[in-house]
Amino acid sequence: MAKLYSECPQKKNNLTPKEETIDFLLNYSKALSVIHCNKLKFEALLN
Amino acid sequence: MRHELITDAVLVKNYIDGDESSLSVLIHRHKQKIYSFIYSKVFDRDVTEDVFQDTFIKVIKTLKLGKYNEEGKFLPWVMRIAHNLVIDYFRKNNRMPKFDNSGEFSIFSVLGDQALNAEKQLIKDQVECDLRRLIEELPEDQKDVLVMRMYQDMSFKEISERTGVSINTALGRMRYALINLRKVIDKNNIILTN
Repeated sequence: MAKLYSECPQKKNNLTPKEETIDFLLNYSKALSVIHCNKLKFEALLN
Repeated sequence: MRHELITDAVLVKNYIDGDESSLSVLIHRHKQKIYSFIYSKVFDRDVTEDVFQDTFIKVIKTLKLGKYNEEGKFLPWVMRIAHNLVIDYFRKNNRMPKFDNSGEFSIFSVLGDQALNAEKQLIKDQVECDLRRLIEELPEDQKDVLVMRMYQDMSFKEISERTGVSINTALGRMRYALINLRKVIDKNNIILTN
């Protein structure tokens, strides 16, 4: 049987975002509040 | 495992109603698909991380502002946002190509910061100060020619007109001024290099 000499494609097993990124997003979500005022919406980022 | 039973639509609704943990579940549930999707387009971990973050910032803002209306299609909607942000990234990069310094060719071999650092600036000031003191020691006629030529940037023709001597005399005085300066520098072992 013929040998295959082509390289296996590199497998990236850990294709997931960093924990810091997820933490940032969760904290961002907690900090962001939307204020409704007379049909207007304001975004407020409270740290 | 309990969270797996809750559909995306319910989690999105809960999140809009103020349940922050629903967002955590949504992110953890779909992070790999979205991250891999972005990575398959940009092939760079850092850029992928940035686009992933921007995608969810957009998701969070849209949900909190109450603009989300694609019930039951959460993942395709997030994928579409990620896709658009990837396109934005490539557009921005085409307009402003970026040099990554990872290859053999270093951009800093042809680009440099010409400004002196604090230490070199101090040395330069010191050298210039020393040189001025040495010039002060020169005979008056030589000193005048040298100052006019080097500091006032005058031509020898202008110097000859100003001092009332011929151009050759001015040239000779300049020559002797430099010779005398070199002598003093050699004699006193003064180092005038930066």
